Amino acid sequence: MIVSIASGKGGTGKTTVAVNMALSLQNVQLLDCDVEEPNAYLLLHPKIKETKPVYLWVPVVDEKKCNYCGECAKFCQFNALFVAIQKVLFFPELCHGCGGCAIVCPRNAIKEKKRKIGTIKIGVADGIQLVYGELNVGEPMATPVIAEVKKQSQNNSTVIIDSPPGTSCPVIESVYKSDYCILVTEPTPFGLYDLKIAVEVLERLNIPLGVIVNRAGIGDRKVYEYCREKEIPILLEISYNKRIAELYSSGTPFVLKMPEWKQKFQQVFSEIKGRST
Amino acid sequence: MKQLTVLSGKGGTGKTTITASLAILANNPVIADCDVDAPDLHMLLHPEIIETQEFKGSKLAEIDQNKCIECGLCQKACRFEAITDFKIDAMRCEGCGTCLTVCPESAIYLKERVSGQAFISKTKYGMMSHALLFPGEANSGKLVTLVRHNARQIAEKEKSSLILIDGPPGLGCPVIASVSGIDVGVIVTEPTVSGIHDMKRVLKLLNYFNVLSLICINKHDINKENTQKIEKFCEKQKIGVVGKISFDPIVTEAMVSEKPVVNYSPENVVSREIKELWESIRRLM
Repeated sequence: MIVSIASGKGGTGKTTVAVNMALSLQNVQLLDCDVEEPNAYLLLHPKIKETKPVYLWVPVVDEKKCNYCGECAKFCQFNALFVAIQKVLFFPELCHGCGGCAIVCPRNAIKEKKRKIGTIKIGVADGIQLVYGELNVGEPMATPVIAEVKKQSQNNSTVIIDSPPGTSCPVIESVYKSDYCILVTEPTPFGLYDLKIAVEVLERLNIPLGVIVNRAGIGDRKVYEYCREKEIPILLEISYNKRIAELYSSGTPFVLKMPEWKQKFQQVFSEIKGRST
Repeated sequence: MKQLTVLSGKGGTGKTTITASLAILANNPVIADCDVDAPDLHMLLHPEIIETQEFKGSKLAEIDQNKCIECGLCQKACRFEAITDFKIDAMRCEGCGTCLTVCPESAIYLKERVSGQAFISKTKYGMMSHALLFPGEANSGKLVTLVRHNARQIAEKEKSSLILIDGPPGLGCPVIASVSGIDVGVIVTEPTVSGIHDMKRVLKLLNYFNVLSLICINKHDINKENTQKIEKFCEKQKIGVVGKISFDPIVTEAMVSEKPVVNYSPENVVSREIKELWESIRRLM
């Protein structure tokens, strides 16, 4: 079963939920898909067993064959190619790696080569297999790195996916094909507004969802009213608690110091297992 | 005209809370909300929309089912797994057009896709450029570029001296679009292990783009040891720590009342600290 943890708004506690839930269950694989700012490893301190580069296929123009007809630049929807007089300019950060330019080139002058845009790391910590990606600083495109992290998912484990914040392409790539998605929110106007956007995305993807309210007790009650109206189950509330905040700030998953929470995460998991089938 | 972006790497460190207050303290800036996936600044600044633009950021492939002979060549050529059973999955299609080039029946075409809206608005504190990417759409970076373009046009017309930009979390395309060509990046961090890690990655990004970086430590009193670590790190790297803001429930209270904290409770310690932050930024700009 694949359970993704997402949110819309950043900083609501996705990684906290993902890591603590992973530590409460058996036979778990945790995929940290926030490759722009991966944080799960900071809480789990895994022993890294394998590091793999992530590449994107990008064009190389053979200027001996090229006659500067401009077909490749005309084709490229991302303006990554520009044909000047006797010169083809390529802007690697704009290239999505679709491979179309090589197909349209009438003189077969375009080959593709690999360009490294990030790394994925596979490690083990407390019996959990952790896979995370790191997008190279300055690279705009996170989705190929996320796809590579997801390729490591194991069929025979419970897979927990820690998604990046937001609602655009990196989030779609992360939650795609999950059996269930937990949206972590906080009971504030920002939390609610961004939750609503995230719910829309998941509805479009047809993924069943539930909510965990983090920092319960702060803010107002509008998140609860919204969930009631939309019939979205509230799977768990984590009250605003100084101890939890302190543990998080020092990089310690709170279930390790407050083991009574393990059972709550186990209950959440059995509830969603029931709901997703 | 100067351009300042508030960033963080990690989400939820207080970018929008701080930007909203800076918008009041800066004298009539042009305000730009570049978190187009999950924009929140409008909830504190209550913009009155003057103009709405459609955002056509990308294209979408479509298969004419009458012409399709189900050969499957498009499926093979698509590197984004956007075609299954001879149908395009709009949520995965990047609009690259590769499928068109391999279709023997010319059954596929690209159509314009409206992925969001951009707004030009008026607030009590200055003009505002903002947007909303439709849920699940791609190309947030291009929409950020449009928001910034609109902001610059307003700033030129109004002869504003500052564009104040609320940036998105993360490090990828919308963040890069929010920092290219700016004068100052203010990184709002928090004294947590993740906050520090993410701050360092954003610093690298700002260096890459040759932008002056300044640090603001939000909720500095929740972990004093980590706050000291940040300060020591910044001292060593010669990066200015321009503000330290205390943890106070007043920030959430202000948010629930939909007001920037410096207006909601001007005498509160947090408001005083944000004013000091602004004074420090202004001096360095």
